[in-house]
Amino acid sequence: MRLTQGQFSFLPDLTDGEITRQVQYALDQGWAVAVEFTDDPHPRNSYWTMWGNPMFDLRDAKGVMMEIDACRAAHPDQYVKVLAFDSSHGFETVRMSYLINRPAEEPGFELLRSEGPGRRIGYTVRSYATGRPSGERYGGETRHGT
Amino acid sequence: MSEAADLLDPEARDRPPDNQLIDLDALYRESGICGMLAGMDRELVGLTPVKTRIREIAALLLVERARRSIGFKAEPPSLHMCFTGNPGTGKTSVARRMAGLLHGLGYIRRDHVVGVTRDDLVGQYIGHTAPKTKEVLKRAMGGVLFIDEAYYLYRPENERDYGQEAIEILLQVMEDNRDDLVVILAGYRDRMEVFFRSNPGMASRIAHHVDFPDYEADELLEIARLMTADMQYRLEPEAERAMADYILRRMAQPRFANARSIRNALDRARLRQANRLFEARGSAIGATDLLTIAEEDIRRSRVFTQ
Ligand SMILES: Nc1ncnc2c1ncn2[C@@H]1O[C@H](COP(=O)(O)OP(=O)(O)OP(=O)(O)O)[C@@H](O)[C@H]1O
Ligand SMILES: [Mg+2]
Repeated sequence: MRLTQGQFSFLPDLTDGEITRQVQYALDQGWAVAVEFTDDPHPRNSYWTMWGNPMFDLRDAKGVMMEIDACRAAHPDQYVKVLAFDSSHGFETVRMSYLINRPAEEPGFELLRSEGPGRRIGYTVRSYATGRPSGERYGGETRHGT
Repeated sequence: MSEAADLLDPEARDRPPDNQLIDLDALYRESGICGMLAGMDRELVGLTPVKTRIREIAALLLVERARRSIGFKAEPPSLHMCFTGNPGTGKTSVARRMAGLLHGLGYIRRDHVVGVTRDDLVGQYIGHTAPKTKEVLKRAMGGVLFIDEAYYLYRPENERDYGQEAIEILLQVMEDNRDDLVVILAGYRDRMEVFFRSNPGMASRIAHHVDFPDYEADELLEIARLMTADMQYRLEPEAERAMADYILRRMAQPRFANARSIRNALDRARLRQANRLFEARGSAIGATDLLTIAEEDIRRSRVFTQ
């Protein structure tokens, strides 16, 4: 199941050229660009791991692309996203966020129903991948028994 | 060319037509470098060999752009440079202009210069240097990276010096990221030569060696005029003659630093002017007094008593 999160999520994955142009747009607005990664794809997981610090002092997208390439090379089998933070007064928030890398296999989510008193149903979404410990979820990096 | 001819000679399609006319002058005007070159002539005194080289580079890039516009092969040339010359000969000033020019000519994406020295690139302990150098490179991407006194990167007396690590990262980037970055090294000629002799990899990646000559006395006086005008001051005629004497004396003294010595001399002349006006504060002064640097403001310099 192809994960859709953030901007552009219903478009085909962005090419490097397209990512470069989106990053340049953010830098031109004066936003700080950051790179984050995770292997927990739950939509409510807002604590992704930061890849280095947000880049406050860059003017050209190439510098960000160097970090993006390094992050994707270190975590080829995880989700990686780009964020653009607007520090100006009144916003002080993330203005852009989009995926730029995803695992080769995405097993998707299970819908759990729990029946309560009076036949009331509670719903929970659980990603199949998070059944395994972090670091072993998408084959790639530290596979068990190999 | 007709379609039929295309079919007969399949290669003809890849070959640009040889009768197409290119307006080089229009390209020149569009790039905006005409104004930049004129500004350079106006604001930088002398430096003829440097200006000539810059014009040559501009011509090269324009012709390259013309070639590309009709589909000829146009490998972007390597433009890493080395500026050598004595203190105060204008190396830093020209490097700052280079970014504007190369940007106007479409060679770099951004009109910025990131200026660094050894301390910005080289770390204090193992594992510190690579991230530091990469951080600087990230910031410089798209523009010009200016490394002042580059020879300090290489310390042969210390076998384990981390400078070598920074040099290696630079070499890699100068080769792989030619479209993203122009590196300009600067320093004194003799030490730069020693540096290149022990780092042949660096020497071979530098396409342009530009030598900044020392200024002649009359050029220094012209620089003094420019600087005073720039600071919104005026040298009265006697003060200008005093400045000419000052220059001749200062040139013969140790630690003479070309245009920088002139800037320093003018800063001290302003100090003396301010004091002179302040001492006489009993009487009202006019705009002319505030503007004018008098002969005594210059003649009272230590240079005349030594
Ligand atoms: N040709 C020139 N015309 C006018 N001003 C000049 C010229 N050359 C240098 N200057 C002025 O002299 C000062 C010193 O110049 P600059 O810093 O470029 O020298 P530098 O070669 O980088 O010196 P260093 O080797 O000591 O770093 C600056 O204030 C600059 O504006
Ligand atoms: Mg300098």
